[in-house]
Formats: sequence, C-alpha cells, structure tokens
Amino acid sequence: MPKITYIDSSGNQKTIDVAIGLSVMEGAIQNNIPGIDADCGGGMACATCHVYVKEEWFNKLPKAEDGEQDMIDMAFEPKKNSRLSCQLIVSDELDGLVVTTPSKQT
Amino acid sequence: MIKTDAVIIGAGPVGLFAVHQLGLKGLKSEVIDNLDRAGGQCIELYPDKPIFDIPAIPECTGKELTENLLRQIKPFNTNFHFNERVQEVSCENNTWLVKTNKNNTFSSPNIIIAGGVGSFEPRKLSLEEAENYEGKNIFYSVNDKNKFKGKKVSIFGGGDSALDWALELSKISNVTLIHRRDEFRGAPHTLSEIKKLEKIGKIVIKTKYQLSKIEGDENLKSITIKNDDEKTMKIDTDYILGFFGLIMKLGPIAEWGLNMNRKTISVNTENFETNKKGIFAIGDICTYPGKERLILSGFHEAALASVECFKRAKPDEKYRFEFTTSSKDIQERLGRKTK
Repeated sequence: MPKITYIDSSGNQKTIDVAIGLSVMEGAIQNNIPGIDADCGGGMACATCHVYVKEEWFNKLPKAEDGEQDMIDMAFEPKKNSRLSCQLIVSDELDGLVVTTPSKQT
Repeated sequence: MIKTDAVIIGAGPVGLFAVHQLGLKGLKSEVIDNLDRAGGQCIELYPDKPIFDIPAIPECTGKELTENLLRQIKPFNTNFHFNERVQEVSCENNTWLVKTNKNNTFSSPNIIIAGGVGSFEPRKLSLEEAENYEGKNIFYSVNDKNKFKGKKVSIFGGGDSALDWALELSKISNVTLIHRRDEFRGAPHTLSEIKKLEKIGKIVIKTKYQLSKIEGDENLKSITIKNDDEKTMKIDTDYILGFFGLIMKLGPIAEWGLNMNRKTISVNTENFETNKKGIFAIGDICTYPGKERLILSGFHEAALASVECFKRAKPDEKYRFEFTTSSKDIQERLGRKTK
C-alpha cells in the first residue's frame, strides 16, 4: 500500500499506509490523524481538509480543478502549494507523498 | 413561550423533510435556523450545482431541491425562525425547553437536530490582531454601507460578495480589492465592470496577495499585504472587508450532554434518537454504523424519527402506519378535498 506522510504544523509527522483509491483526507480520518476536519465529508464544499503539499510532490499531482481552487480561496492561510486532501486520490504514483496540515482548519 | 409538537433545528433539506413527515402525522413543528433563509448547505454551498442522487429526480440543483421541499411542506404552514440560533436546552417533566439567542423559548416534547455540520458563520481573517478591530474597522458583512463613505476600504476575497461590494463601494469609497490569485470566481459581468473601473483608476486590484500585517492604534491605520514571492506592500486602510465564505461551527449543541463522535451525534437507527429521550439527530449531523452523508439518508432518518415524535407528542393516541395515496386523514392534512 502507498505510504502517505502527514506532518502537523509543529512538525510532528506520521507515515501511514493508505489503500489505493481512498483520498488523502480519508486516509487521515480513518487513522485519526489530527489537523484535518473534513466537515463536508469530501464534497469539495468546505475547505477544512486543506493541506500543503511538499514542493517536489505538488507538480506531480493532477492539477486542481476550478471548484477546488474556489474552495481553497476560502481555506485558512492558503499558499501556492495548497490542495484539498479530499481531492487527492491515493495511487501507486503517490507512494511517498508528504503533506503538511495548516495550524488550523477554520 | 411557543408550544409545539417538535422543534426542528436546521432548515436544510433534511430539516424541511422532517416538517413534512411530522406534518403527515398531524404534528406541528417550528423550525429554527441561523441563516436568513431555508436550504442549508444546498443553498449556501451549491445552489447552482447539480445533484444526481435524489430518488426519482435524475438531476436538480441545490436551489431547486430547496424550492421543491418548501413547496412540499407548504400545506403545513410551518413557522420559520431565521437568523436565530438555539443557545440552550433544558428538560422539565419530559418536555424540552429550547432557548434561542433572540430570547425566544419553545416548549416541546421533541427536538430534532438537523443541523448539518453546524451553523454557518463567516470565515474570518487568520491574523490574531484582526479580532481587536472586528466590528469596528473589520467586517465580514455589510449592514450600512454609508459608514464607508469617503474612506479607504480594503476588500479581501474573490467571490461574488467581494466583487459586488467592491463595485458598490467604489462609488463612495477608495477601494482596494485584494485576492490570493488572478482568477476571480464571481459573476463575469461584475468582474468586467470592476476591470473597467480599474482602468480609469476608480479601483485598485491587487492579486496574488494576502494579508500579512495590520497596524493601527485605537483604529485601523494600514495593512501590509504579501505575495507568493514575499514581496510586501503597505496600504493605508480605514476599513477591511473580508469575504472568505462560510464555515460551519457546531456551536452550543456540543454542550448539551449528547453522545458525540468527533463533530457528529451518535443515534440509534430505530428512531434516530440520541442518548437523551426526545432529542433526535438526523442528516449530516448524526452518526451510526454505516452512516452515509447523503440527503436521501437524511430523508429516511426524518421519516423514522417522526414516528417516535408522534408517540411522544400524542402519548394517548395509537400510531397508525398510513400511505399518502390512500389515507383520507393525510390528504386532508395536505389540504386535499376528499370525497
């Protein structure tokens, strides 16, 4: 299973196996990774699963669609490498992905 | 004090359908919602986006779904209490007292929490200092635009609210519109109007910038914005308007002693009652093994909760299962003349 690393805003990191086909958000929720709220449950409707993707991974990801960008506008402290983790679907290509969670989601 | 058979918290699709299910059983309900209109997430988050999984409706928008639900409950003449939030609940002799932030009190044997993922509140600026100026120099909605007359106003955001107010206030104030990227997602027409105003110097647009500092004493004096390349710019500012959309906050419900699971309320799947007798949770806010956050799940939950509500509201009457197609009683409640 692909390994995904979640780093919180104070630098604590956890690497977990996430099944192919789940989203990076679901991987966090199912493994009690703090820092991701996912209030809307993965509907791209709330921006509370916002993460920063490590630079070298950011460009490898499929581009965010307009709807995701619109939601990121509303996220807490968005940056250039912001994504919604509910839109990042785990695959073999994402094995080793590193994301950082913001200091808060709302 | 308003007496009713059920108090419904939340006027989203599931709360609206609960009105219907209670109404069919001859029960009156009162609906309370923090927003200024019905529809909940459907109307706030995806009014124009298509929904494909409402049974027997191949496709409809959030707005259409809301309008249809309102039409469906019209015969029941339900009272809606908008812009109002439930603060506390207490129990007296098996009856719940519900108090709101507008000092209304409701008395009912049943409370149905259909609150989605909480009440909608404007998302605020992330800088801590912003709090000191909130309500004075920093606003997340506009009540009285005259306050900004002749003033320097910095507007943040890229959606309709930001664009609409930038356009409107450019007539009476010095407006700077600041957005974190080049693309705006507001109506194209508004955007082209704003671009025209930018050309003739009536409005200043700064894109790819975000707020990094605010300065002032008692009143706000200036803001500093920063772009992705760490380039900063100071802008004299009297007022900040932030339009970053809405977030959902569970609010006081979390303090009611209900069994919570993260931000959701645990219920049984027989009648969607919580650990408190007479308090039900349906829709996105409830959780149980196998829960799917779908509107259609919420409809089912509303139907079953309404049966238990009937038993509590009319303890001396026997609940009888009936079909809308064949029940004269139901058809009368729906305002149909029966032969």
